[in-house]
Amino acid sequence: MTEFLQQLLNGLSLGAVYALIALGYTMVYGVLRFINFAHSDVFMVGAFIGYYAGRLVPEGTIWGGIAVLLTAMVGCSLLGMRIEKTAYRPLREPIEFNLVTILAALIGGGAAFYLTRDVFPSDYAIALRIISCWAAAEAASWLARRTGLKIVLQRTRGGAPTLNVLITAIGVSLLLEYSGQLIFGAAPRTFPAIFPSLNFHVGGLTISTNQLCVIGVAAFLLVVLQFIVFRTRIGTAMRAVSMNPKAAALMGVNNDVVIAFTFALGSALAGAGGILYAVNYPSIDPLMGVMPGLKAFVAAILGGIGNIPGAALGGLLLGTVETFVAGSEWSTYKDAIAFAILIVILLFRPAGLLGRFTIEKV
Amino acid sequence: MLTVSELSVSYGAIAALSGVSFEIPAGAIVTLVGGNGAGKTTTLRAISGLIPSRGGKVTFQGEDITTLPAHKIVARGLCHVPEGRMIFANLTVDENLSMGAYLQRDQALIEKNRDYVFSIFPRLKERIKQTAGTLSGGEQQMLAIGRALMGDPKFLMLDEPSLGIAPRLISTIFEKIVEINRNHGITILLVEQNANLALEVSSYAYVLETGRIVMQGESKQLRADPRLKATYLGG
Repeated sequence: MTEFLQQLLNGLSLGAVYALIALGYTMVYGVLRFINFAHSDVFMVGAFIGYYAGRLVPEGTIWGGIAVLLTAMVGCSLLGMRIEKTAYRPLREPIEFNLVTILAALIGGGAAFYLTRDVFPSDYAIALRIISCWAAAEAASWLARRTGLKIVLQRTRGGAPTLNVLITAIGVSLLLEYSGQLIFGAAPRTFPAIFPSLNFHVGGLTISTNQLCVIGVAAFLLVVLQFIVFRTRIGTAMRAVSMNPKAAALMGVNNDVVIAFTFALGSALAGAGGILYAVNYPSIDPLMGVMPGLKAFVAAILGGIGNIPGAALGGLLLGTVETFVAGSEWSTYKDAIAFAILIVILLFRPAGLLGRFTIEKV
Repeated sequence: MLTVSELSVSYGAIAALSGVSFEIPAGAIVTLVGGNGAGKTTTLRAISGLIPSRGGKVTFQGEDITTLPAHKIVARGLCHVPEGRMIFANLTVDENLSMGAYLQRDQALIEKNRDYVFSIFPRLKERIKQTAGTLSGGEQQMLAIGRALMGDPKFLMLDEPSLGIAPRLISTIFEKIVEINRNHGITILLVEQNANLALEVSSYAYVLETGRIVMQGESKQLRADPRLKATYLGG
């Protein structure tokens, strides 16, 4: 019994991280009907932001941990919105490429890259250098837009097939992974102990504060998300866009804003997931997002893709099953068994546990 | 109030509208009749910004809105109740109405409009917490019109409000359309396949055939026109 409870606790804390990542997949699917494969790498970037931000705060304090968590969430939501705007939006709609702003961004970023070559000598500086280049590129393109100069390349047709957007997403994913390797190196790094770490024993159970922290933060973020999606104006707009983007536009909803917001929200959760994962498994590297990302994707499907409570449920279920199998004599087969369960569940509930095929009256 | 001149739309190589022009004065109910595939829905979609036009110009209250995106056109008070109603099936009736008021910031005005919607469609008030997808076709049409009214429009475009609705409810809905126009001063562009009904409630009509306006006139006169009678009014 004790062992069961212990494994359940371990499983829930792993599942909570899967759930946080799965939410991003499912929300983006909800509004755009495609899987953002780069999402798992936003999770990785979240962990790296935490790695660097973690050095700025004293180790093992609650406020320090929360500050790192928030930094990663903000950083990831900016990254998520940037990815959407640069890589996905142009496939969706007719677009004007303004060469002036694109060039300005390249020149700004390049200049910052060149100028900072000696300024930041240490490893820590890589993070600052990336931020300065990004900021310089954004600032330069913003300034270029203000001048009103335009050299326009126009494409009047929008609407790439979903599959093409999916391939772009895989491209963005690989780009992030291997730029990560180029910049940070492939060797794993040790994630700082940002939260206070204690173990206490209740009965025969060993409970670590890190585990409680993961479960607590994930539960809190889920409640906040639920509130945003179901109780706020932008949340209602998100649901409206996911049901019928055209009708939402006829209500005055700017679909692009809602989509950007969805990416920001999902990426912030992935960033939080990255921190919480690294707190429990403190070895991070640029490819660390691949497996958790894949499992979170599976969790989202398991729960019913596009369904928010479903993603949370799927994540918790998958994490728990995986942990139980890992603790048994078949531990080598933990992933195989987890995926076998997925196949069986889908045989009986093809739309996922909470998913449903909606039929609309026409 | 709304001027459409030489509007052209094509889907790929196929021309759906070729140079459609018409004008709608403030306060009127004007109808656009025509058979299947005549381009009625396309016309409304091009006006409201759901699809891009290839040529021509749409002017609303003196402003050129031809190239504005849909969400900016609504903000100017031109609201489109689309074909097939396009209600948000998984949202409640209440949430659907709130979406209609998405651009409204004035809480008092939102409440006033909500009361107005409930006064003309009391059925919606009874179903306020119900998921919109569970409503009957007629109720969904009421919801689609009510949702549009929540945006406090000056101009309403209705696409086939009689489509797929129990005959008993059709007359109710058309009475309400007239009421909205008379009591609320909202100008209406009505697209209908049911030409008899459309000509009855409107003051002026345009007849659309394969992407062109082929006939126009006072609705009363068109109802007596032998050519129209043969084609659209059932002999």
